[in-house]
Amino acid sequence: MNIEWYIVLSSLLFATGAVGILIRRSPMVILLCLELMLNAGNLALVAFSRSVGNQQGQVFALVVMVIAACEVVVGLGLIVAIFRRKLPLDVDDLTELRG
Amino acid sequence: MEAVLFFIAAIGALGGAIGVVAMRNPFYSVLALIAHLFSLAVLFLMLTSAFVAAAQVVVYAGAVMVLYVFVVAYVGGGGEPAWDPIKGQRFLSILVASILFVELSAAVLSSALLALGTHGPDVPAGFGDPAAVGRLLLEKFLLPFEASSLLLLIAAVGAIVLAGRKREEETV
Repeated sequence: MNIEWYIVLSSLLFATGAVGILIRRSPMVILLCLELMLNAGNLALVAFSRSVGNQQGQVFALVVMVIAACEVVVGLGLIVAIFRRKLPLDVDDLTELRG
Repeated sequence: MEAVLFFIAAIGALGGAIGVVAMRNPFYSVLALIAHLFSLAVLFLMLTSAFVAAAQVVVYAGAVMVLYVFVVAYVGGGGEPAWDPIKGQRFLSILVASILFVELSAAVLSSALLALGTHGPDVPAGFGDPAAVGRLLLEKFLLPFEASSLLLLIAAVGAIVLAGRKREEETV
């Protein structure tokens, strides 16, 4: 398969994740959609690494995986903290920080 | 053969992604994301990056998704309202995302990147296997490797601080 198929698939997955972030209200599902976008970036990185025949892009993808894991850990910690304080798990209701 | 495998994996990945966005219950969203991640691992294998594919399955589809499942079970999957709080939000966001997709694809495909329209160069047999990637990580990219391990440690401590039970708050 040619490389541009992977790139087009990756941008399609990125756009799908963006739709999710724009339309969903549960913070947990928004985190899941962030994962989708990060994974689309990973697919593009690995595809480019294959297209230039250099493995360094795969190291980039691994580092992105680590960042995604950190983001998940902190995000889920925040969600558990919100739940413990009996606040609504809905991004339209969590408006305390709005200026 | 390769094209068939690519399209099966691509449909799996896309279906999983749409499932994540469309499922009303967060638990089903997590399950759809697991399917998406497995399809992506197949795509990584087709791009001759065996180590990234293995890490994807073990770390992502294994460990991270278990964390999600636990939190969904703890918090409970509250249903979202079916209506749009902002009028036309769904239509507008799908429009914005389509524009984003067209723009991303056009930007990459019209660029003068090497190896567009080809299969990519022929690579040696050990391309992307754990030994090669491990050597890169521990020799050329040692500093980013250590920095990301430090970042993981900080994130773990931060999660404990954020989600941990505090005695004085419970008495208040």
